[in-house]
Amino acid sequence: MKTAVQSDAKSASKSASKKEARTAGSAVGKTRANRAVRTPGGLSVRLDVRALTVVVLLLVAALAASVVLIGTGDFPIAAGDVLRTLLGDGNAGQEFIVNELRLPRVLVGLLVGASLGLGGALFQALSRNPLGSPDILGLGQGATAGALLVIVLFSGNATQVTVGALAGGLGAGLAIYLLAWKRGVHGYRLVLVGIGMSAIMTAVNGYLLTKADLVDAARAVVWMTGSLSGRDWAQVWPLLALCAVLVPLVLGNARGLRMMEMGDDVSYALGVRVERVRLLLMLSAVLLTAAATAAAGPVSFVALTAPQLARRLTRSPGPNLLPSLCMGATLLVAADWVSQRVFGADQMPVGVVTGVLGGVYLLWLLVIERKAGRI
Amino acid sequence: MSADSSNSSGPNNGLNNRRSTVNRLSADNVTLAYDQRVIAEQLSVEIPDNSFTVIVGPNACGKSTLLRALSRMLKPSQGRVLLDGQVIQSMPAKKVARTLGLLPQSSIAPDGITVADLVGRGRYPHQGILRQWSTEDERVVQESMEQTGVAELADRYVDELSGGQRQRVWIAMALAQQTPLLLLDEPTTYLDIQHQIDVLDLCAELHEEQGRTLVAVLHDLNHAARYATHLIALRGGKIIAEGAPNDIVTAGLVEEVFGLRCQVIDDPETGTPLVVPAARKARKVVEKVAATEAS
Repeated sequence: MKTAVQSDAKSASKSASKKEARTAGSAVGKTRANRAVRTPGGLSVRLDVRALTVVVLLLVAALAASVVLIGTGDFPIAAGDVLRTLLGDGNAGQEFIVNELRLPRVLVGLLVGASLGLGGALFQALSRNPLGSPDILGLGQGATAGALLVIVLFSGNATQVTVGALAGGLGAGLAIYLLAWKRGVHGYRLVLVGIGMSAIMTAVNGYLLTKADLVDAARAVVWMTGSLSGRDWAQVWPLLALCAVLVPLVLGNARGLRMMEMGDDVSYALGVRVERVRLLLMLSAVLLTAAATAAAGPVSFVALTAPQLARRLTRSPGPNLLPSLCMGATLLVAADWVSQRVFGADQMPVGVVTGVLGGVYLLWLLVIERKAGRI
Repeated sequence: MSADSSNSSGPNNGLNNRRSTVNRLSADNVTLAYDQRVIAEQLSVEIPDNSFTVIVGPNACGKSTLLRALSRMLKPSQGRVLLDGQVIQSMPAKKVARTLGLLPQSSIAPDGITVADLVGRGRYPHQGILRQWSTEDERVVQESMEQTGVAELADRYVDELSGGQRQRVWIAMALAQQTPLLLLDEPTTYLDIQHQIDVLDLCAELHEEQGRTLVAVLHDLNHAARYATHLIALRGGKIIAEGAPNDIVTAGLVEEVFGLRCQVIDDPETGTPLVVPAARKARKVVEKVAATEAS
């Protein structure tokens, strides 16, 4: 009897504490969802502390990885020296290595990663499907086809290859839009059209490779894996300019995109101009992805993985645009460091590392989440 | 049978002056079509201000299409939908969204979103890039959740909720939009009877206590007759009858609109018309009698 009462009391207190824990947890959830910074003038800006923290930490990680990456190579430079040189206070030799050789490569890496992360987040949000990312949709394959055409048929130089890749990516994006997107998107339809597109492009690329002579073929294969080696300032400026225009434009439309997660009807009813926002963001995403691919080749998996990783870090619904952007940049620079550190400079194209690391990490995440019963 | 036994409650005076004033929302000679498939032609509808209008009709009669047109989801291929005297398509999207809300039939709750967050998204038309989350937004969201009885669920994830709770959350989101006009497309579908009544009670409350104009598409004719102040019966894209349920719901109308023989009796609870479909055998007998009478 006594024990029964005790155990009753015990379970009661247990359930009470559980309840408490839930309400405590939920109080956090509530303030999180709708917290804002307000000024006396009636202005207010949403503030998601966790997302902001994630962004700041990722930025720090990206910059730290960049400094380490600049110091890595046949001629290692200590991080302190790298920083000093970047601030214009290094010796002539270091200055040449840092500013002329390695800094542009790292900057291209950061920009490519950021573009892919943001482009991937946009695609996934617009298609409401994690598989609706440029890797799956054949944008990379389209860009590759453009690049291969230039390499194989015209033996074009680097700039021409870049232009070819850009044109190929934009062409693939346009085709996907016309085939799958024009009358409102249906997630699976988009993915299936993308897979079809991707298959066609892969076939074209295979054909082009068989037509190529050995030198061109080797060049093409390196390009197809995605590599940052030999990137210089000529690649940095166009990419930087594009990002400078597109990133603010995209972030300015992020609130509308957040509403579009709830379906076209609801967002339309809430006053989002769905078609306009979708076209604008889709175009931006295609441009970002095509430009990144043109600059570094089809670096696999960053566009697919970065938004998923970012989302799991912020634990917030919504497109998570800025965290995805930072995650993409961090991933790519870190992968480049791994490829140089582990396999020696320029031995291993960065795309191989992002493919392996990104893929494994994503699988691991999915397994973990299935165990937790969330998927 | 007794076709007009239902009209015992008499004419509904006081409500008939609606034609004299200009209503806020109306469709003027609209032709509604998806691509080439025409759903309704030259349809004109007035939504009486401060009414709880319910649109009924058989499947594929165009009732949801009409609601989509009224909420500017579907652009009429001819004619126009007017909101406050302006063509609805020509108005700024956010301005419309502050006047007219819509709860569509199917809505997607984003993964991992909480109730408070979802309801908060209803504030979008009142927000701007520098006014993202005001104290007013916070107050209205809290109020909307309390009205719909989901305040205690504020921090729960939407995907954990039951169908009835989820529907209340979506209604709360539409309420947070603070629109004088609210359109609901089959808000009771997929709910059990208790939750259906719950949702309809809530609608009636919004209509009576807050003076919002409600337009709903409903499947259940008895629910429609009980809750509507203005009923629109649609068949094949045409309005067969409209008016207060007590005035228009007769066995003849039900047969004309739905092709169903029935009795219409007084609802013992509310005195509104109650449609009782004739028994299967009785329907046959009636048909026989009608046939012999005709001959």
